[in-house]
Amino acid sequence: MHKPSGKLRVRYGSRRFWWDTAHAYLFILPAFLILGMFTFYPFVRTFGISFYQWYNIRNPHFIGWENYSTVLHDPMFWASLWHTVYYVLGAVIPTMTIALIIAVLLNSKIRGKSFFRTAYFLPYVTNTIAASMVFLWIYNRDYGLLNYILHALFHVHLIDWLNNPQWAMPAVIMLGIWQFLGFDIVIFLAGLQGIDKMYYDAAEVDGATAWEQFRHITFPLLSPTTFFIFIISIIGAFKVFQQIYVLWNGSTGGPLNSAMTIMVYFMYVGFGGAWHLGEAAAVANILFLIIFVVTVIQMQIGKRWVFYK
Amino acid sequence: MSERGLSRQSRAYVVQRRAYLFTTYFLLLLGAIVMSLPFLWMISTAFKPANEVQLMPPKWIPSHWEWQNFIAAWNTAPFGAYFINSFFIAITTTIGEVLTTILAAYAFAKMNFFGKQPLFLLFLGTMMIPGEMLLVPNYILAAHLHWINTYQILIVPWLTSVFGIFLLRQFFMTIPDDLWDAARIDGCGRLRFLWRVIVPLSRAGITTVALFKFIGSWNAFLWVLIMTNTPNMRTVPVGLSFFSSEVGTNYNQLMSASLMAMLPILILFFFAQKQFIQGIARSGLKQ
Repeated sequence: MHKPSGKLRVRYGSRRFWWDTAHAYLFILPAFLILGMFTFYPFVRTFGISFYQWYNIRNPHFIGWENYSTVLHDPMFWASLWHTVYYVLGAVIPTMTIALIIAVLLNSKIRGKSFFRTAYFLPYVTNTIAASMVFLWIYNRDYGLLNYILHALFHVHLIDWLNNPQWAMPAVIMLGIWQFLGFDIVIFLAGLQGIDKMYYDAAEVDGATAWEQFRHITFPLLSPTTFFIFIISIIGAFKVFQQIYVLWNGSTGGPLNSAMTIMVYFMYVGFGGAWHLGEAAAVANILFLIIFVVTVIQMQIGKRWVFYK
Repeated sequence: MSERGLSRQSRAYVVQRRAYLFTTYFLLLLGAIVMSLPFLWMISTAFKPANEVQLMPPKWIPSHWEWQNFIAAWNTAPFGAYFINSFFIAITTTIGEVLTTILAAYAFAKMNFFGKQPLFLLFLGTMMIPGEMLLVPNYILAAHLHWINTYQILIVPWLTSVFGIFLLRQFFMTIPDDLWDAARIDGCGRLRFLWRVIVPLSRAGITTVALFKFIGSWNAFLWVLIMTNTPNMRTVPVGLSFFSSEVGTNYNQLMSASLMAMLPILILFFFAQKQFIQGIARSGLKQ
């Protein structure tokens, strides 16, 4: 808390206050115009568009709730929703777990911290399209690195990662873990560094083991960070698109659409082939609703177990 | 406690400590190797002559370094245009965003005005919306403006960011108000104060915002994919995705093109690692 310095503080409603208001609005104006045009207005407009049959950009025609009913009756929509949940369970949660372990290890007194941090973080800044092309090659059935390693180490028979519907989502998930691990580690590290050393000193005096210290100090005090990463990652899971677009070369979502996530479905409906913009807007609105509900639920659960100091 | 008992205990402690350190290094190193493998695999393949790409077991070091792969990839698609577009868009949007976010962040951090709270919440709320899902109305808007396949549509919408405003606001808030009081008494206006005092004091924050923007712009994909329809307007990632369908299974060329596409950001990252990682860490610390 910093004290407003006495004499010069501007009183609410004073002449000076309105003078400042005018200036503040001028300062915000450029950002506001751009956000207004390309974020606020489109957000509102999505609701309107979703009630029209709107192919490409010509001749929209009002059809009421029909787009919603088409989407909700489309088995592919539900499949893509399920694949997104699959991604959350398969990628988001394991990434967070591994990241937490690595962050705790990195936070101890060791040498070469910055080397490790760079090695883990590099995939995060790497272009997703280029990285996905590398994985496209890694997943190659006959000559790819992954099958080679699996075979050399565990004698696993060649897996057709990209053409077998069963393995399509795991392929997307491994790429996702590789790419986002570093991000989670960096945020966990920042959280860990924010924990006061005195808790550990006290625990040490009481003879607490490393695991007990983790369980009763680190984990609860880190919960706001964990929670933050979880929310960010869920929203990230809804955005997974580029990886799939590259791994299956622009086609809809892997073998038998087995890797069609919600973003891929949205793009397919709106901009793939049919250009059914009205229906895509309906998909977007359903997703806004889902994200909103999920976030509210997360907040409620968060209130119960997140420990804020 | 006898002296011998103590030393036995401390010896046990040293052994335990060593085992812990060993496990730590082992796990961290193993992880680092797994994380680096895709990069090594990409670099190795990018330099292989065609007859060494599909070998089992793979040959990590090519018998000779085939630079020709890069030239062949570069000539297969208009990569020159892709790179120029990417640089041009990344630089203009970065400069634009830095300017608009400095102004807005200053107002939110240091000024007291009517409607500040609701306006700030409105801005923050947009961080919950994945921007990709606004593509439909934005596409229709761009079509009505006749902006499809132009630089305007690739630049103007990206001239600001709520994330940048939020980050800079945190920076500006740490600067004491007394400075403004003093400046005001000396007859200094808001803009001059912002430019002469606040901006130099927040260089670290501004660098972070600029870095994030440059990398974000370089890596942007969906927007460019939808808003452009001719090769000469494509950026590097979009061009690369089209290239991939053109060369098919020439993996050495695919890898050399991927390497070229990653390179600018990797170089930038190596120079500005610290700012970038600190920026990410800061974004996770809620105030």
